Amino acid sequence: MAELIALSPAGAALPKRIGAVTLTEAPFAPMTGISPHAGEVAQVSAALEAAHGLALPGPGRMLSGAGIEVLWFGRNRWLLIGAAPGDGLAAHAALTDQSDAWVSVIVQGAAGVDVLARLVPVDLRPRAFAEGSVIRTELFHMPAAIARTGAEDLRVMCFRSMAGTLVHDLVTAAEAVAARG
Amino acid sequence: MRLKTGGLIDRGTALRFRFDGHDYTGFRGDTLASALLANDIRVVGRSFKYHRPRGVFSAGSEEPNALVTIGRGAGAEPNVRATMQELRADLEARPQNCWPSLHWDLLEVNDWASRFIGAGFYYKTFMWPRKFWEWVYEPAIRRAAGLGALSGAHNPDRYEKAYAHCDLLVIGAGPAGLMAALTAAEAGADVILADEDALPGGRLNGERATLDGGAGSDWAAAAVARLRAMPNVRVMARTTVTGVYDQGTFGALERVGHHLDDRPRGLPLECFWRIAAKRAVLAAGAIERPVAFAGNDRPGVMLAGAVRTYLNRYGVAPGRRVAVFGNTDEAHRTAADLVAAGVHVTALIDARPDARSTLSVPFYPGGVVTGAEGRLGLESVRFEAGGRSQGVMADCLAVSGGWNPNVHLTCHLNGRPVWDDGIAAFVPAPGAVPGLIPCGAAAGVFSTAGCLADGARAAAEALGGLGLTAPDLPQPEAEDAPYRIRALWAVPGKRRAWLDLQNDVTVKDVRGAAQENFRSVEHMKRYTTQGMAPDQGKTSNLAALAVLADATGRGIAQTGTTTYRPPYTPVAIAAMGAGAQGKGFAPERRTTSDQASRKRGAPMIEAGLWYRPSYFPKGGERTWRESCDREVGWVRNAVGVTDVSTLGKIDIQGPDAGAFLDFVYTGTFSTLKPGRVRYGIMLREDGHVMDDGTTACLGEGHYLMTTTTAAAGPVMRHLEFVAQVLRPELDVQMVSVTEQWAQFAVAGPGSRDFLNGVLDAPMAEGDFPFMACGEVSVMGVQGRLFRISFSGEHAYEIAVPARYGDALFRALVTRAEGMGGGAYGMEALNVLRLEKGLLTHAEMHGRVTCHDLGLSGLMSSRKDYIGRAAAARPGLVDPERERLVALHPVGIEKRLLPGAHLFAHDAPAVREAAEGYVTSACHSPTLGHPIALGFLKSGPERLGETLRMVDHLRGVETWCVVRPLCSYDPKGERTRG
Amino acid sequence: MRLSCPICGERDRREFHYGGAALERPAPEAGAAAWDAYLHLRENPAGRSRELWYHESGCTAWLVVERDTVTHEIHGVTLAAGGR
Repeated sequence: MAELIALSPAGAALPKRIGAVTLTEAPFAPMTGISPHAGEVAQVSAALEAAHGLALPGPGRMLSGAGIEVLWFGRNRWLLIGAAPGDGLAAHAALTDQSDAWVSVIVQGAAGVDVLARLVPVDLRPRAFAEGSVIRTELFHMPAAIARTGAEDLRVMCFRSMAGTLVHDLVTAAEAVAARG
Repeated sequence: MRLKTGGLIDRGTALRFRFDGHDYTGFRGDTLASALLANDIRVVGRSFKYHRPRGVFSAGSEEPNALVTIGRGAGAEPNVRATMQELRADLEARPQNCWPSLHWDLLEVNDWASRFIGAGFYYKTFMWPRKFWEWVYEPAIRRAAGLGALSGAHNPDRYEKAYAHCDLLVIGAGPAGLMAALTAAEAGADVILADEDALPGGRLNGERATLDGGAGSDWAAAAVARLRAMPNVRVMARTTVTGVYDQGTFGALERVGHHLDDRPRGLPLECFWRIAAKRAVLAAGAIERPVAFAGNDRPGVMLAGAVRTYLNRYGVAPGRRVAVFGNTDEAHRTAADLVAAGVHVTALIDARPDARSTLSVPFYPGGVVTGAEGRLGLESVRFEAGGRSQGVMADCLAVSGGWNPNVHLTCHLNGRPVWDDGIAAFVPAPGAVPGLIPCGAAAGVFSTAGCLADGARAAAEALGGLGLTAPDLPQPEAEDAPYRIRALWAVPGKRRAWLDLQNDVTVKDVRGAAQENFRSVEHMKRYTTQGMAPDQGKTSNLAALAVLADATGRGIAQTGTTTYRPPYTPVAIAAMGAGAQGKGFAPERRTTSDQASRKRGAPMIEAGLWYRPSYFPKGGERTWRESCDREVGWVRNAVGVTDVSTLGKIDIQGPDAGAFLDFVYTGTFSTLKPGRVRYGIMLREDGHVMDDGTTACLGEGHYLMTTTTAAAGPVMRHLEFVAQVLRPELDVQMVSVTEQWAQFAVAGPGSRDFLNGVLDAPMAEGDFPFMACGEVSVMGVQGRLFRISFSGEHAYEIAVPARYGDALFRALVTRAEGMGGGAYGMEALNVLRLEKGLLTHAEMHGRVTCHDLGLSGLMSSRKDYIGRAAAARPGLVDPERERLVALHPVGIEKRLLPGAHLFAHDAPAVREAAEGYVTSACHSPTLGHPIALGFLKSGPERLGETLRMVDHLRGVETWCVVRPLCSYDPKGERTRG
Repeated sequence: MRLSCPICGERDRREFHYGGAALERPAPEAGAAAWDAYLHLRENPAGRSRELWYHESGCTAWLVVERDTVTHEIHGVTLAAGGR
């Protein structure tokens, strides 16, 4: 029997370079939603540290290790990226596979902040949104998560089904920024 | 006339432009207005109502007269203020509101008839016959009156919206604003300095007064350069702050592309900014006000400050023989600037009897202008001084009635300005906008030195609120003249004296309003239209309310102002709605099968934000019905595949997950065993049905809820509400997994065999009975299988991680086609469920109960749940309520239409006799005739009864018979088998 | 308008969904009058009001917001579920 071929959410729409900004789709990585059961945040953090070497970050923050990231992802919610959840987590938290739920686009370049200022109602300049910061917010009309993964790197995550609109919105904004010179 | 020297223009860069069909030349740094004046163009447009010739009146955004249309074709932009349009190469501008030409306008007849068409004339005149109003009067009036017109074509220009954030927003870059910005920037605050002008500096660019012995404009330029170089400052020129909103939110319009000779591709014309500022300093300056006298609207009559701006900033003399009229020292300053520029000043008329002048120009203290003459432009001025009426030649009259602080933004949160007798003007009320500090001329401080000091003071106050310390910046030396005014609004006289140039409102009109008892300033505004339209009365409001105060025997403070509302200056709808057209209108949600479906020619229909295939046409089929009927036949007889990924999927886990579900569903879910699925109804707390769907138990304390496509978002919000607000003690976690899974329904008598061909381990006999679920491996991928049916057939839904959705859909469809079936779309899906009497939101439309839907059996009596108390209200369980039934056609014309109303067979088709309505209808290929669902009073008790179905909108009347809900396989043997 | 989410900090109003007055849900057997009041009767105060807001496109916390309907001043925002 034929095997099922996996497709990425943005597919051929990316990468793109517009002015001083590049838009690239992040490669596939396993993602697991982690929601600790009542009163068990500490246990989950300990189990996570034991399994992956990273504790649960506080609100609005992310932690990175070797190929692994843990993002604060909302009220009592975190996202483990880059590895299947280790043993010991399931006992203390609701785990859900989210590997396919998001399209992740890396917006790279100093003008990335200006591009996203066209779409996102939150201050993403480094002084307000330093490396390791994460927010849940809106990108134009869509729910989004945004993380600063580097001095000039922002990762934008939207629902997979909206990948086409995300690319459209980012490209439109980037063109306008680029045209200002 | 262009002066030989002077001005802040670039005389090395000449720019050709076109106005009213003629070519002219100006310089870089000109506005269209200054370039027109430099070319001695005096008439630039016709007035709103009387079509009187009008000329440039001001040098800023308050301009009431010089409105022009820029450009041609679809992108033409009407009502552009010539004073705000920077000159660019090959700019094309056209005058407005004139026909056949600017200098010979037929509707000037309105002016001759003006004594009959004063304010309020159409309220009184065009009353009868009544139907003439809509078809004759209004169109004629709209054609005759008005401003420029839009092209009517799709706007080809790009606009943009953006967000900005700062500690301190400084509004206005005159002396006060620059000083405030410098002070805050040096203190390390994150500063945005927004200025309306292309060249920041405010009045410093328009005056000859010096700062530290140098030109004021040089000081401004240096200050701006210093600010631009600081990393914590963002200078936004060409940006008008248009509105103040709650908690430090400001709206601002930036003119991005209007001034460029060649606009780069993708560059927006304008950007509408939403600025969130912790503190703000309002240094928006003041607007000069005119004085009303007979003929004061003639081209050549200008604000005195504007005359100085044209002289000093643009090197343009607005006239060759200029008279000056004022009631403050501004008049003297203007005369002095004119003399210095070598322009002949024919009279300096100062309303203050005690005024002194050292200038060698004819000086008339205690004088007032009584008339301005000249048809297409000012020729002479009449005035009274020392009890004597006299005339003087003048092609320009500079008028100053004093200055009005720009209080607008302080009033957007309902603040009311305060009257200050000392300057005869309104000033901002203290604390009118939390966190916004008015300073400089906007706060009634009119000297340059005063503004500089006040700007620093305001910044220090703002910095204190931000926890920062203001540095002690040296203040440049500047003029510090006192402001002495003798309030003067209108010179008495019999002839028409204009208050509102943009709306053609005269002193007589305002007095007339008072006479007709429109005494409130708001009523006067609406009766006369004073203060409406693009300029919102920036140069006329105060004089109009002073005249009203006088006519009603009240003081100005007592009369009060009209309400100031955003935007301060006009904002194009295109800017406010920027980006939200075409693909930007709403997100498109695409399923993983989207490409494959489109490739098969399926027309896509919108379901919420999702796109779903309507049907999959095959060669030879001429209508959608043929395709739909075929697809229904596949499912009924073989096997069909359809994408159901759009349904909401919510993963619910935790020790109390079962108790939580019991609380949100009418039925009991805590007893559901792992591997089983149950259908549930969710009510709103008011007892009406919110949504339905199945919930599967995936393991101990682990459930997967499905919602309808449209309700996925609201249900998620509702579940979080229940978990956080109503039942925070429950240990339950939930998260949407809608996007994680691609899910396909496989339906039809052949579905089990079909699936066994794709599952890595075929189902054994007895595996997956009806309403079972479990994990499966499908073509090497871990997935989930649910034995559920929305078609009435033996059916499954199979789910795989979304990255495999495209591949699985293609494989399933290919395989189904090999078994005499294939993909089916939304049309067939709808027919299949209607044949079974299953529900969608056409039925669960928000006003129905379980009782109405025949689902009372799903309401547990052994537990509390959302909506239980309210659902028990007698009115919601009344047997006579409209309840759901199926309808089949009888008679010759077999048609059933959703939206049609139901009547007893012998009742008249009138509202009072209505007994129900049709919610959904389709042609059933299985039964060979149309079927419908509908709500009918006491419906289930009236099976077999024949009803009238009347659709007044479509003009259709037929007969139908009441049938049980399920029209196909009522015992469910095919579903379960 | 901006609201300070106790988890996310100050955010633009567009991230939030208004959820009506913050009220106690009556007991199931509280009777028709109590349920009628909960479902349909609202104070509509000119002044301080206690409202529910949902940080829908943010952290998904339901919030209790004390707000003045006249001045639009926000006096406090807390998590509806308590804690932080």
